Amino acid sequence: MTMILLIGVLILGGIAAWLAQTWNKDWPRWISLGTCLIAGLIVLPLYINTPEIHWTLGGNETAWIEMVNYAWIPRFGINFLFALDGLSLIMVSLTIFLGFVAIISSWDEIPDRSGFFQFNLLWTLAGVVGVFTSLDLFLFFFFWEVMLIPMYLLIAIWGHENKSYASMKFFLFTQISGLLMLIAILTLVLSNANQTGTITFSYFDLVGHGLPEGLSYWLMWGFFIAFVVKLPAFPFHTWLPDAHTQAPTAASVLLAGILLKTGAYGLIRFTVPLFPQATVEIADIAMILGAISIIYGAMLAFAQTDFKRLVAYSSVSHMGFVLVGVYAWNELAMQGAVMQMIAHGFSTAALFMMAGAIQHRIHTRDMTKMSGLWHDMPRMGAVAMFFIIASLGMPGLGNFVGEFLVLLGAFSVSIPITIAAAIGLITGAIYALIAMQRVFQGEGKPDRNLKDFGGRELAAMIPMMIGLIWLGVYPQPVFDLVDPVLSSLHLLTTSDPTQWIGSLP
Amino acid sequence: MSMTELYSLLPMITLTSVILVLMMVIAFARNLALTCGLSAGGLLLTLVSVFWVNHDLSAGFVTPLLVVDAYALMFSALIVSGSFFITLIAYGYKVQRGELQDEFFLLLLLATLGGITLAHSTHFASFVLGLELLGISLYAMISYPNQGLFSLEAALKYLILSAVSSAIMLFGIALVYAVLGSLSFTEIASNVYQDTGFDRLFILVGSGMILAGISFKLSLVPFHMWTPDVYEGAPAPVTAFLATVSKGGIFAVLLRFFTTVDSYQYETIISGLFWIALLSILVGNILALMQTSIKRMLAYSSIAQIGYLMVAFIAASEIGGKQLAIEASAFFLIAYFLTTIGAFGVVTIMSIDSTDHDQDGLDKYEGLFWHRPLLAGFFSTMMLSLAGIPLTAGFIGKFYIIAAGVKSELWILLAVVVIGSGIGLFYYLRVIFTMTKQSESNEVNVSATGGWAMAAVTLLLVILGVYPAPVIEWVSAVAKALV
Repeated sequence: MTMILLIGVLILGGIAAWLAQTWNKDWPRWISLGTCLIAGLIVLPLYINTPEIHWTLGGNETAWIEMVNYAWIPRFGINFLFALDGLSLIMVSLTIFLGFVAIISSWDEIPDRSGFFQFNLLWTLAGVVGVFTSLDLFLFFFFWEVMLIPMYLLIAIWGHENKSYASMKFFLFTQISGLLMLIAILTLVLSNANQTGTITFSYFDLVGHGLPEGLSYWLMWGFFIAFVVKLPAFPFHTWLPDAHTQAPTAASVLLAGILLKTGAYGLIRFTVPLFPQATVEIADIAMILGAISIIYGAMLAFAQTDFKRLVAYSSVSHMGFVLVGVYAWNELAMQGAVMQMIAHGFSTAALFMMAGAIQHRIHTRDMTKMSGLWHDMPRMGAVAMFFIIASLGMPGLGNFVGEFLVLLGAFSVSIPITIAAAIGLITGAIYALIAMQRVFQGEGKPDRNLKDFGGRELAAMIPMMIGLIWLGVYPQPVFDLVDPVLSSLHLLTTSDPTQWIGSLP
Repeated sequence: MSMTELYSLLPMITLTSVILVLMMVIAFARNLALTCGLSAGGLLLTLVSVFWVNHDLSAGFVTPLLVVDAYALMFSALIVSGSFFITLIAYGYKVQRGELQDEFFLLLLLATLGGITLAHSTHFASFVLGLELLGISLYAMISYPNQGLFSLEAALKYLILSAVSSAIMLFGIALVYAVLGSLSFTEIASNVYQDTGFDRLFILVGSGMILAGISFKLSLVPFHMWTPDVYEGAPAPVTAFLATVSKGGIFAVLLRFFTTVDSYQYETIISGLFWIALLSILVGNILALMQTSIKRMLAYSSIAQIGYLMVAFIAASEIGGKQLAIEASAFFLIAYFLTTIGAFGVVTIMSIDSTDHDQDGLDKYEGLFWHRPLLAGFFSTMMLSLAGIPLTAGFIGKFYIIAAGVKSELWILLAVVVIGSGIGLFYYLRVIFTMTKQSESNEVNVSATGGWAMAAVTLLLVILGVYPAPVIEWVSAVAKALV
């Protein structure tokens, strides 16, 4: 029930925030903050629960922390099937936490119609939580699309100068690729129904389907494209810089922090387990795409003068590691991919918040007009330094663990791709340090009289800093939580369980 | 005619009596509120009687002309509820347009009766009867007095083109009759004819002409030319009626004819339908992109939407996918009805005070989100539903269409649906985006009946999108009975 409660709280909180706008301009953000707090309190106890609900998945026993299953549309065997395991739990926690950050980051930014803003924010969170927990393919697709609308409105209404173009592009890319996935889902379900006689959208029934390989191959592309567009990887990344740059700070935080992760999550949860053979066939292509994204994203990031655009392209680069990690498909690489998702969620959210904070103060995102901000805002400079360093992959911080594990895992699969991906670490350092130099160092400008980070902003930043250090120094709890999930998914693709354990160093 | 037969005609009898009563009332007292109330009440009564008959239904023919079965009753329910909402929405609009507006509602009821007749018809005679009852009432509704030259032009255009298409269709019917010697669908289905030579040619040409006539009424490409002009010229509530009730009734006959007679066996007809569907989706969507008038945009968008519907219609040609395809078309049509009525309902409400020309310029809707948040919310929901986004009935409708296409393996048409939806997003989202812009306030008076009707339509749309199970059960039971 926890999942339904969680989604319900977010949805109702959103409506309450919208309605509250009529009475008081300040209430919506407080209601929104409270809603996130309640959501966090709902999620936390789940960490204590050990996975106890057992369910067969493709012939293997899997354990789940929570599961809800109600009939929804019996005609098509569609159920309200929510299930939560370690992977979902981590992603849901990240979602709620970044929701918190997003609300704080937009505290003063939205002067008008804040009720509707908070409504959209919370509904995006609800949609994402739904994506991370639903295991009925129809329900999954439902949430996949639902999370787009409030995000579209956030960009279209409160975005910057070119919001119409950016929001439209964002919506079109995800929607069209989503339709391909819908066709793939329906073909999968109906072909499966032809074979078994029962029509079902349940993940548990569809994993291990015996469809002919040719068909599976095409279906796999439907899923793959939808997720890779969202990830985003080269050549489907073009929507991302526009959307991120034009979005208001809170929406950028959510987009980079969690919406991109839904793509990676989809690949891990659905594409690979549903189509193991086809996955093997395209693993090379996917890893090459990942490597290209890493290098190309880094190069483009280097060429930007717009601070937000730079961070956006760096996301393309970082998510490339996730793609490489997922398609290397061994324990090290997968663990690395999940770690990268979390660490990137923190570091990029923080950088976007930083960009928003700067824009709020000096009304530009153009790095050539900044320089020397450290002098005016030492606290902000120090925090920025921390996250820039995290983002370039300094050992001791979460991003390093993720990228390093991905490279380690990929090395056993393909050495050339690993080398290419490793170059991304160097280019990453270049663009990150250049950004630091241009924005915070150099000649300061007199009489700017800027306000340094206050308690509110630090309250959002410091937990993320602690989180990144913790992930960098002692990542074991995350591994422990995610490992059973990844190993059970891995079991679907191979009959030999020792292969998974064997790859441990 | 036995009592049971008479009983199963209850909806038509009810509606006819309401029309007669209304005529009397208008003769004695001209009072628009009373007229509108009576019409709405009468439609509601008809709806109740439809469900009543449906409750303990013994399906069968009532005279060779009409058949009363679950399918006919489902479409009747749809048509009557559509008319009901349009009546409510039209009230506030008509109040502002001077005296002598009472007969408008009389015409609306007559057209609805035509629609119900279409839903029940299983014979070319009743088909033409229903069609003309619907069409002739519509000409008058479009050009109803006090609307200015603009609507007169639209009515004339519709009258001439519609008459031509009816003539073509009648000629097609004659050709089919010449070979088979019957006008009843079931007899046409059972009559054998020489499968070679002239007989086959006659049947093919005849069916083609019937299809052309029907395509005109459904405004499918290449028979769509009249649509944008007539949609734009007609008063908004009439446009809503034209786009929903009229098309729904005709589609009901088309589907019944094809399944009864099994015209799906003709390769030529199927490939013709294929091109019609493909072109309708592409042309409709692309032309809709270029419109700055909401009514014209909705006209082209409705061409595309009926194109989607035709995908499900073609999917019914595969034996294995027939039931799913019929279900899909029925559900899609329900969603289409609600959405279209809702969209034109907003245009109606916006245009209440502008008596010479409806407010359909996109720029008139700027900032609506901030001046009239509810109205803008309704309109956004409609746009999202047309685009097939979840939480709305349109999503389930599109899901159904794609499912039917997948089941019958119509890959090319599915690709076209995806492309069409992509293009469609552009102009649907543009409307929402326009409404979120900042602008000067322009006052809109929302009539209470119109506002509540819109709220009900939006609510239904969302309920159907979130919990469609009951309607899906109903629709699939109907489809099962028909197959």
